[in-house]
Order: sequence, then C-alpha cells, then structure tokens
Amino acid sequence: MSSYVVYVVGAGLLLVVGVHGALTARHLVRLILALNVMSGGVFLALIAISARGAGSAAGPDPVPQALVLTGIVVAVSITAFVLALARRIHALSGRTSLSEEDLE
Amino acid sequence: MIVTMVLLPFLGGCLAFLLRRTAPFVAVLGAASVAATAAMLAVGVWRSGPRIYAIGGWGAPIGIELVADGLSAIMLLTSAVVVLAVSVYSIGYHEHDDSDAWHPGEGFWPLALILWGALNVLFLSADVFNLYVALELMTLAAVGLVVLSGGEAALMAAMRYALAAFAASMMYLLGVAILYGAYGRLDLDGLATVVSPEPAAFVAAALIGGALLLKTALFPLHFWLPRAHAAAPAPVSALLSSLVVTGSFYLFLRLWTGVFSTIAVPAAGQFVGALGAGAILWGSLQALRQQHLKVMIAYSTVAQVGYLFLPIPLLTSAATTPDGALLWGIDAWNGGIYHAISHALAKAAMFLAAGTIVHALGSDRIVGISGIARQLPITTYAFGIAGMTLIGLPPSGGFVAKWLLLSAAFASGQWWWAVVILAGGVLTAGYIFLVLGQELSLAGTDQPVELSKVPRSMEYAAFSLAVASLLLGLRVIEPIALLQAGLPFVEGG
Repeated sequence: MSSYVVYVVGAGLLLVVGVHGALTARHLVRLILALNVMSGGVFLALIAISARGAGSAAGPDPVPQALVLTGIVVAVSITAFVLALARRIHALSGRTSLSEEDLE
Repeated sequence: MIVTMVLLPFLGGCLAFLLRRTAPFVAVLGAASVAATAAMLAVGVWRSGPRIYAIGGWGAPIGIELVADGLSAIMLLTSAVVVLAVSVYSIGYHEHDDSDAWHPGEGFWPLALILWGALNVLFLSADVFNLYVALELMTLAAVGLVVLSGGEAALMAAMRYALAAFAASMMYLLGVAILYGAYGRLDLDGLATVVSPEPAAFVAAALIGGALLLKTALFPLHFWLPRAHAAAPAPVSALLSSLVVTGSFYLFLRLWTGVFSTIAVPAAGQFVGALGAGAILWGSLQALRQQHLKVMIAYSTVAQVGYLFLPIPLLTSAATTPDGALLWGIDAWNGGIYHAISHALAKAAMFLAAGTIVHALGSDRIVGISGIARQLPITTYAFGIAGMTLIGLPPSGGFVAKWLLLSAAFASGQWWWAVVILAGGVLTAGYIFLVLGQELSLAGTDQPVELSKVPRSMEYAAFSLAVASLLLGLRVIEPIALLQAGLPFVEGG
C-alpha cells in the first residue's frame, strides 16, 4: 500500500510541474521537456493503478502496464518528431520560441 | 471486410513509401478499392445491423474489437470518397519534373494513406485505449503533412499543432487511466453500463472531453488550426479540414452519447453548445476579415466546427427529458452527423478548388482572383456549390443538416441555438459571396492574367466532391436510414 501512495503522490507532483512548465515556458526545448514531464506523471498514475493489486494473490494488474508501454512509444515518437521540427525551425529562422504575432 | 478497411490504407502507405514513383497509382487504386469496400460495408450494416470483429479472436473486455455501426459506416464511406478525390487531385498537383531531387509529393502519399488508415481505425475502434492510439497516429501523420510545404510559416504552424496535440493526448490518456482505475475496463459498451455520476467519472469526462475539444479545435481552443490548415499544401488542407477535424468530433460524439451519457448533465451540454456558438460567430467574422483565400477557408472550418457541437446540448437535454430522444434527439443526432459529412465533402472541395486557383495564379490573395471564372469555370463552379452546402442553401446536404438541427432546436424549446444557426448561415453567405463575387467579377478582365496550366483532373476532382455534397441533400433517406443502425440512445435501434 505504501508504494501505491508514493506513486500517486509522485504522479501528482510530476503532473503539476509539467503543466506549470507547459504554461510558462517559451523556449521550445523547455516546452517539449515540460510536456514530457507531464507525460511522465500520466504514466506514473497508470503504474499506480497497476500497483494497487501488488499485494494480492493476482499480482500487479498487467493492463495498465501495457497501456504505459504504448503511451511511452507514442510520447517518444511525438518527442522525436517535435525535436526535429524545433531544430529545423532554428536552422531556418534562428528562432527558439513560437512566434506570437501571428496568433489571432 | 472490416479488417480490409484498416489493413489496406496502412499497406498502401508502406508501399507508397517504398515505391515512390508509382505511389500515386498505389494510392488511387487503394482508395478506390477501400471506397468500394466501405460502400459494401455500409449496405451490409444498413441491411443487417452493426458488425463486430474481434481481432485475433480475443473479444471485449480484454481483447480489441472493431465495431462498424451506422455512424462508423457513414464516416468510413465519406472519408473514402474524400481520399479518393484528393488522390486523383494530388496526381496533378504533385506532377513531377522528373528530376531525382526529393519532392514534397513523395512525402505526401505515405503520410496521407497512413492518416487515412488511422482515421479508419478511429471510426471502427470500440475501446477507449485503441481510440487513443488511433488518435495519436492520426495526429502524427497530420502534423507530418503540414510540414510538407517546408516554409517557416508551415514549420511554426506544425510546431504549434504538434505541441497542442501532445498536451491533449496526455490529458486524454490521464482520463483513460482514471476510467480504468475506477471501473477496471476500457471497452465502450462495458464502460457505458458501469460509469455513474461520481467524482472519478466527472474528472475523466472533463479531461477526455477537453482533450478532444482541443484536437477538434473548438473555439476558443482553435488557435492552432487556421495557420496549420492554411500553410499546408492544398490536398493536405483538404484532408485536415474535412477529415481530421471530423475524426476527433466523431470520438467526442461517440463518448458523449456512449460512455459518458449517464453523467452528461444539461449544464455541460449547454456549455459545449455555447462554445460551438462562439466558434460559429468568431470563426465567420474572422473569415470575413481575411485577405488570403486559404486562411479564409481555414477560419470557415473553425466556424463549421461550431455547428458540429450544436447537437450536443440538444442530445443532452433529450436524454434527460421523457420522450426527448424521439421528439428531437434523433433529429439532433442525424443533423449533427449530416452536417459532419456534408461539411467534410464541401470543405475538401473548397480547399481543392482554392488549391487549383493558387496553382494557376501563384498567389492566393482574394483581390487577385478577380475574373478567374472565365479561365477556370469548373473550379469556380466547384467553389460555388461547396459554398452552397456550407451556407445551407437548398437542396444541398448542408441545408438538410441545418433543417434537422433547427427543428430539433425548436422541438426542444432551445430556440437560441436556432438563432445561432441562422446567423451563422448569413455570415457564411457573406464570406462565400465575397470570394464568388471576385471570381465572377468582370473588372480587370481587359488584360487577362497569365495562368499556369492546370490539369483537368484537379478541376474535376474538386467539382465531383462539391457535387457529392449537393447530392447528399437530394438523397436523404438512405444515409439517414443507415445512421439508425446502432443508435446509441434508442433500445434495439
């Protein structure tokens, strides 16, 4: 039960840090990192759900673990793509943040 | 048959990546055969009800099931028709100069086919996690397509789109985690029976709903859409504005009337409807202000997305009122989906027509297209007919959709949505006629502008989509009958 609490609290903290970062960061790499921290929080929440069954005879629930694996694959692909995009933006325009002037 | 709908586009996507030169033919062939399969599936669902396919023989709740009901079938058919037309169009659009240099067209075919495969998975999936994977695959392919034109504006737009989508996908996944934590299952049908009004369900609904609103770009979460859709190459804009937006709306509708139907309170429905109304007014006003054709059409998408969410408050109130489902729920449901499919066809036609004009003129300033109707009559025709559907003039599909929504709004006593629907129609007419007026204008035709040659296939692809959106208004009975197969809120539907 104690590890479950650690997971839940940890997931909550990571989520708060990630959301705060995503809302305040301007540099693209910081933004991407913040979103990754946020996704870490989500994955930990799923692990926490899996850990609830850890003490019982059935053992940890495997379904959330499978979900986390898929989630990690998705997050890694998006991160890789967005990082490549950020490099390309930097190479083309020398900018490291999203332009604000064209936002309506 | 269901598996073909998923396998063929992905297989085509891989082949298109490997074969490069013959990719366009792979795509058109694949699109044609999937369109035929979709039509067969639609007839099958219409005649004998929803179909279920358990992948690998593993059924719910652990395994993955693909389910085709009336709503899925009509969405599959619509997207197959759009993809077929866009493929034919793109052959002309991406014509090679036979050099060995890398060409944006080479990136277009694999990504477009994978995007389509992901959409088909989305329309067929029956559990919240498989839907998540489909949604992500669709988003990644869509962002990749936006980048294809390669300019700085496109990269920035793609970046904003990708980051917004990333944040939304994490919100969605957290919602799924909470659902699983509370109820221990992921399949839509099973969840619908166990979800009850309690904090966990409300938090999950808010997270998943918010994520989908962001992905559908409902006002005020539309900030990423206009630039992304306008900066992409024309065939891509057509796919994004007509299909990708519809895909995430489909998911919202499916979850709202399924999993979350027991906890969807009328206040939440009114809130979503109010956002939709805001989208219609704000998007249309912005569209009127634009000087570039593609940006204008992109803002028109922001406005039309608003219409997609107007049925939500009507459906919610129908579910909580005795006999509401029969009195106006079915009309609202049919109207919303009818709007989704006629908008998908018309918006694709409009972006393709705009692409033809840009292709010919080399610029998309609205003042510059003066008198283009003489040189490109078919394209102008396509633009005009698509515009009719968006405005909702009879006998187009848009007219049927608005008529159904209006009668649902009046039957439920929520007349304020009717006001929004009508006001939106007037504003839409404003920006459509602004463009048509320029196209048909005779001013400046003394010195005809130099136009680059446009392949006929491009003009006719846009035209046939526009005509399809018009025909939807002339043959209403079959699509509506198809939609009744597997209705979520009528027992034994």
